[in-house]
Amino acid sequence: MSPNPPKKEYDRKDFASDQEVRWCPGCGDYAILAAVQRTLPSLGCSPENTVFISGIGCSSRFPYYMNTYGFHTIHGRAPAIASGLKLANPNLDVWVITGDGDGLSIGGNHLLHVLRRNVDLQIMLFNNQIYGLTKGQYSPTSQVGKVTPSSPLGSIDQPVVPARFALGAGATFVARAYDTSKKLPDALTAAKQHKGASFIEILQNCPVFNDGVFEMITDRKTGPAHQLWLEHGKPLRFGPNGEKGLRLDPQTLSLDIVTIGEGGVTEDEIVVHDETNASLAWMLTDLPDVVALGVLYRHPGPVYNEAAVAQRKMAEERFGDPDLHALLRQGHTWTVS
Amino acid sequence: METSAAASVQPSPRETLDSVVIRFAGDSGDGMQLTGSQFTTATADAGNDLATFPDFPAEIRAPAGTTYGVSGYQIHFAAHNVLTPGDAPDVLVAMNPAALKVNDEALKPGGLVVINTGAFTANNLKKAGYETNPLEDGSLDKFRVLALDISKMTLAAVQELGLGSKEANRCKNMWTLGLMYWLFGRERDQTIEWLNRKFAKRPKIAEANIAALNAGHIYGENAELPHGINAYEVPAADLTPGEYRNINGNEATAWGLVTGARLAGLEMMYGSYPITPASNLLHHLARLKHFGVTTFQAEDEIAAVAAAVGASFGGAIGVTGTSGPGVALKSETIGLAIAAELPLVIVDVQRGGPSTGLPTKTEQSDLLQAVWGRNGDAPLAVLAAATPGDCFYMAIEAVRIAIKYMTPVILLTDGYVANSSEPWPLPDLDSLTPFPVKHHDNPEGFHPFLRNDETLARVWAIPGTPGTEHRIGGLEKDRNTGHISYDPHNHHLMTLARQQKIAGIARNAPIAEVDQGDPEGDLLIVGWGSTYGAISQAVRVLRARGNSVSHLHLRNIWPLPEGLRQVLHSFKSVLVPELNNGQLVKLLRAEMDVDPESLTRVTGQPFLIGGLIDAVSERLRNGS
Repeated sequence: MSPNPPKKEYDRKDFASDQEVRWCPGCGDYAILAAVQRTLPSLGCSPENTVFISGIGCSSRFPYYMNTYGFHTIHGRAPAIASGLKLANPNLDVWVITGDGDGLSIGGNHLLHVLRRNVDLQIMLFNNQIYGLTKGQYSPTSQVGKVTPSSPLGSIDQPVVPARFALGAGATFVARAYDTSKKLPDALTAAKQHKGASFIEILQNCPVFNDGVFEMITDRKTGPAHQLWLEHGKPLRFGPNGEKGLRLDPQTLSLDIVTIGEGGVTEDEIVVHDETNASLAWMLTDLPDVVALGVLYRHPGPVYNEAAVAQRKMAEERFGDPDLHALLRQGHTWTVS
Repeated sequence: METSAAASVQPSPRETLDSVVIRFAGDSGDGMQLTGSQFTTATADAGNDLATFPDFPAEIRAPAGTTYGVSGYQIHFAAHNVLTPGDAPDVLVAMNPAALKVNDEALKPGGLVVINTGAFTANNLKKAGYETNPLEDGSLDKFRVLALDISKMTLAAVQELGLGSKEANRCKNMWTLGLMYWLFGRERDQTIEWLNRKFAKRPKIAEANIAALNAGHIYGENAELPHGINAYEVPAADLTPGEYRNINGNEATAWGLVTGARLAGLEMMYGSYPITPASNLLHHLARLKHFGVTTFQAEDEIAAVAAAVGASFGGAIGVTGTSGPGVALKSETIGLAIAAELPLVIVDVQRGGPSTGLPTKTEQSDLLQAVWGRNGDAPLAVLAAATPGDCFYMAIEAVRIAIKYMTPVILLTDGYVANSSEPWPLPDLDSLTPFPVKHHDNPEGFHPFLRNDETLARVWAIPGTPGTEHRIGGLEKDRNTGHISYDPHNHHLMTLARQQKIAGIARNAPIAEVDQGDPEGDLLIVGWGSTYGAISQAVRVLRARGNSVSHLHLRNIWPLPEGLRQVLHSFKSVLVPELNNGQLVKLLRAEMDVDPESLTRVTGQPFLIGGLIDAVSERLRNGS
């Protein structure tokens, strides 16, 4: 039998594997999986050309549920394995699935370097602020004071802000969304369309060990007051009626939350989002009382795997066809007769 | 021209020597490595067989004149077959007091010391730790001494070119080389060409160095040498006809990896993090991108091997190179490649350990780490290169086994074999058998752990292929579907399958046989890796003295070759010399039902032939 002729269009079922999904009931990962399976067909992706590489942790089970190529690797190393894969075959569409422990604790070094190199990958970091798979220890994104089995008196670790880490590492694309958000596919789409390393932090609820940690943001009632969805070229406004906004304080170079119409604040004073502005993105990573969502930063730069291919081509042009015979004879040789 | 002038001088009769060992020693900045390698090329051109060994200081730029800044380069050349850089030097070139201090004990009694007295200032003597001047206190009486103010004569030779004193002084290694060329009857042409090439953009510097080289040579032609010092001749060796080059182990490994990848028809991804003494594997390969090589200088040792594993998952041959500490860091990722059954080559250029140990010194102490050093029952193949040139063939073999058996392969070399060089008969590339890879692309009945009945290798289906989409990873897999499995019986069977796959490599590898000597007798010496030359030479001498001694050298460390048990049991006793505290000997005791004696040396230096001969002779006398 010959392989099936390539389909012109795929749907979400083509991206779902036959494996039973085994995350805990109510886990935010289900929603993320559904969003990915729904989004990939709409982006023209094909199962055979798509690869999911993960590390270790609850999120890293993700590849088993995708009917694509997948590699469930070891703790923290997915970015390095994905980099090697992308170098070996730049035509593949490679996604890295990681978590707050996998990506920012044991694998922090690799995340730093994959971002600064700008390897053309999509990196989805599921942030649930807890170690789920090892049963509930605090993670590098847990808040100070978090009581867990390994921090019975509360965590004394200062948390890392993932988007801030990514910007500091030199990421060219930084986005943020949450598991059940209807706008998650938009963030995935933007990430896929970006050339270079795309970093997406996805706030994800762990119903077993850290339930409700993002509830204020994701709850239908309280959410609108705490979600700031970013749009390039649009003012930074949020709130149930869009009445709130961010104004730059030129003295402290920080963003203040203001209410339009109160104290003489006008709409003109609200900062307009510019995705290419790294300083603005930095300020948006960690706002008091509101979470910036969507694309915080998008500023394409030289792509590592493209530069590697270009160097290969340059070497081929400069040195011509590979000739092992000549290679072994470079430098000084002599003949014994 | 100098050459015609030289031709008119009546050559003095030269004393014929069978074999000579010279050690060039000086300050790191004295250019001893260049001097040594130029002498090597000229010696190869003269038709001698040879072996060399550079001995670099650990410091990048140690303070001038100190003992820890001494850089050495030893060459052994002869009218016969040469396998090691030699034990004790016959000739020591000491460019300063520190070089003399570090090396005079190694020199043979009666050996020749060529000394640059210009560097024997009160300050330099003090820095080297001399309380009295060895040129005056009689401590060199047991040697033949040729003490010359090389610094001054060099300055005189280059004076008319008007160089600054620093640049002029730098030419003293070429003056010394010129003198050594004259002493041993070597030609200057090749070095002159090399200087013109090297300093093509700075012709004045080229001219100065050539002037110094010629001046040193002319000094030899004209000077009346002290009593007991002659000009020498070492007749050409009876080498197998063919085309030769000098090659060191790292160069040969790099070229072997590239050749292996091409024989497989695959692209190669070399991931590496700089580490002594493996770094120049990365340097060599980074220049070979037009051979289908991608090099990736990773952020750490783990990322280096992880990128190689990722590349192998993508259908290339992933390779990483490192030394012992790096292998330790890579262990978990190597385990992943074992579980996922992906091809991977790990080159371990061993150095002194544990921990940071002796980075610039040699040792064979990673054997057990290579064979056993991972969590779980995690078998893989281990190979070891015997000589610099052998690195080429063993690198090809590592690539071949990795692909054929879908497994990681560790190739063990070491700092000694990596940096030492030998004349290498160039291989006939057409005689190498290609092993082309066709990635699996048939979706019919596909799962990722379908195995080849003969080799037990799983299929290699790669991303981009329609119909064979699959997920692999570090979790145990069901042997019949490739899905995650926690089934106890399945884990047992998969553990056995991984073990049997690696054990089966022996069926496709050379059978154990003695390298030198009879297939049975009193004593079998079993070596592995870079000790080949020293053991081989020692056994030659011992056999010439009438001893019943044979030599077997292991290149396939794991799995051990078929027939080894029979050879081991055909001798009354077995001796295992190693540059570690006894590692192969443990493996043989565990696997081969023998109880060999261990002979170890852990000094960061290779075995001396004389030391081996003495140790074996003593055992033979004691009836062991």
